[in-house]
Amino acid sequence: MLKTLIERWRQGHRTMRWPDGPPPEMPDRFRGWPILHAARCGPSCEACVAACPHGACAIRKGRIEIDLGRCLFCGACQAACPSGAIEFTSDYRLAVSRRERLMVHGEARHPARALDLASRRLFGRSLRLRQVSAGGCNACEADCNVLGTLAWDLGRFGIQFVASPRHADGLLITGPVPENMRLALEKTWKAVPAPRIVVAVGACAISGGPYVDHPEVHNGAAFGVPVDLFVPGCPPHPLTILDGLLRLLGRIPEQHEGWSLTD
Amino acid sequence: MTGAFVAMRNEQSVSPEAVPVAPFTDWREAIVSACGLHPGERLAVLTGWPVEGRLRLLAVLANDREGQLRLAAAEAPAAYASLTPDCPQAHWFEREIAEQWGLRPEGHPWLKPIRFQPGRGGLGVERQIGRTDFFRVEGEEVHEVAVGPVHAGVIEPGHFRFQCHGERVLHLEISLGYQHRGVERAMNARPGRRAIHYMETLAGDSTIAHASAYCQAVEAAARVMAPPRGLAIRALALELERIANHIGDLGALAGDVGYLPTASFCGRIRGDALNATALVCGNRFGRGLVRPGGVAWDLDAARARELGRRVAAIERDAAGAVGLLWDSPSVMARFEGTGVVSRQTCEEVGLVGVAARACGVGRDARKDHPFGMYRYQHIPACTWASGDVFARAYVRWAEIERSCHFIQQLLDELPGGAVRCEIPPPVPGRLAVGLVEGWRGEVCHVLVTGADGEPAFYKVVDPSFHNWFGLACALKDQQISDFPLCNKSFNLSYCGHDL
Repeated sequence: MLKTLIERWRQGHRTMRWPDGPPPEMPDRFRGWPILHAARCGPSCEACVAACPHGACAIRKGRIEIDLGRCLFCGACQAACPSGAIEFTSDYRLAVSRRERLMVHGEARHPARALDLASRRLFGRSLRLRQVSAGGCNACEADCNVLGTLAWDLGRFGIQFVASPRHADGLLITGPVPENMRLALEKTWKAVPAPRIVVAVGACAISGGPYVDHPEVHNGAAFGVPVDLFVPGCPPHPLTILDGLLRLLGRIPEQHEGWSLTD
Repeated sequence: MTGAFVAMRNEQSVSPEAVPVAPFTDWREAIVSACGLHPGERLAVLTGWPVEGRLRLLAVLANDREGQLRLAAAEAPAAYASLTPDCPQAHWFEREIAEQWGLRPEGHPWLKPIRFQPGRGGLGVERQIGRTDFFRVEGEEVHEVAVGPVHAGVIEPGHFRFQCHGERVLHLEISLGYQHRGVERAMNARPGRRAIHYMETLAGDSTIAHASAYCQAVEAAARVMAPPRGLAIRALALELERIANHIGDLGALAGDVGYLPTASFCGRIRGDALNATALVCGNRFGRGLVRPGGVAWDLDAARARELGRRVAAIERDAAGAVGLLWDSPSVMARFEGTGVVSRQTCEEVGLVGVAARACGVGRDARKDHPFGMYRYQHIPACTWASGDVFARAYVRWAEIERSCHFIQQLLDELPGGAVRCEIPPPVPGRLAVGLVEGWRGEVCHVLVTGADGEPAFYKVVDPSFHNWFGLACALKDQQISDFPLCNKSFNLSYCGHDL
């Protein structure tokens, strides 16, 4: 018992102060929000399009566009770009409320919007999520699990992962949804009482990720259930997931210093 | 019998034509005598292998004492005498071959699909997942418990079917396939630049292990070796992956017996290990680090120093957190004697990795089939003989310590030079094997290049493929309430198995 107490003292208090204090420092090599300098694109240059293995880069009307829903943040496009038009920053704030908001053209940001007032009244201070891994590789799952550890302490926001869909307010889905998991996912979704929310975490759950257009999968969660929050990444950093969840619940102000919001 | 095989080593390649093709009966006899009921060798791979429109059976035997891999092939008959009755290691492979290639192993004791791959026909077996008969124990007092595919925690899906008498488990059947995403099919269909991403997401907690095995196979087929500094960073990342997962597992084991201090501390320390990987390459799971020819990120001196400082802190914090387990009688009472797998069972069914070393079997590809940096710098295999949950926990802890030391040594003597070399165009007609000791156990990839140098055949064997049956064995005669604890002590991959 004494040993346990001494060890408890030695391990110290580790819960981060964010969002009331500064966020934990991101590694300098972390690849988050990309800034696209379309003006630097050479005429008819498609180096990024050719470099992306998953079709996340496109040139539309002469402008570069990255689909963060498909992007694995591998940085191949940035490395291939001859003119420095793509610049991945260490900005972790990536979650959005609508799929098309993941199409990045320039610097305009569309962070996840808070749920409507009625939903926030229901879920704002108590959100129970049933996690369903549908073909997830255990990386997204691991970084959801991490949110439950004492460094992140998801419970302090009233958010908790629960064992039964009957006890849940929504689903948090990872993975590209293999055909072999389709029925199980549909049944789990139906077992969550309405009103319910759905959070898609990771490139797989948003678009199919590396498995996009495989006949064995359904290209993510949105094939059959309506999604309220999209958290891109492969896997998303825990901070990206938590930031998205808190924005959804209206617990982080939508306007941040230095953000240029277009709508 | 040596003429029946071609011998090679890890990270080497041979011409596919050098693999002897024997008549089936001779091939079967050669494998059974090497890997049978008293095995001297292990069956690392058994698979269907299409060669110019004809199907062959290919076996890769691992001789751990000699550090040798021995390959043999046979023309595949549509139905053949199952190896499993004489060589239990073959049982899961034969089910896979039946499902993938439609070959029927006559006399297989339990022939069912292992993945329920949609669209795969043949054998007259139901292919819709969940629609299957399970092994049943009959009796008035026997009851059946079905768990999954969706489980109670934040984990991957799979189905477990228990036959119980009261609390006692008479039999556990594990039915997987829910995570099947078609990785192997895609790898056999000219994956191009997507290949490395399939490897990195094949089993996401083993990103470094699978990506390294792939790169080793590609490099062996191209007959190049990554520069020493690149190999050192790969080894460093592989050990960080091991540390992160082992600490996570020890915390989860503590949580499963209701010992919350260690569970809480380890959850945080695991994050520190993942962040150490992110320090190297920006991604907590090592995505984007390992690439054919070496690694994509170098370690500057300041970064190497910071990494050493972090690993020292991880070791110190983990020692304190994990040490509490061995000092707590309530924990030890639950760990000791629970979920025992005997050494004999381990060798017969061919367990690998932590699960095998916890049965006192010191197999470890880093030592037996050294690859990359492990050729130059050695790391001892940690074993414990009791085969129970305690052994699987304790081996993990011993490995965390060894890995921390290994990383510090590497950082002290990091080779100079480049981290990556150019990969020349692939050499046509090579068969390469890449073995890596991931944190769960042996990851094995087989690559065969075609006449144009492109991959003509690709095969992946995740350690979980060998070990899921070990979990079923561990549950025999246990209380069903100990299942979560036993399951966690193996912590096998669903997606690594389902591919």
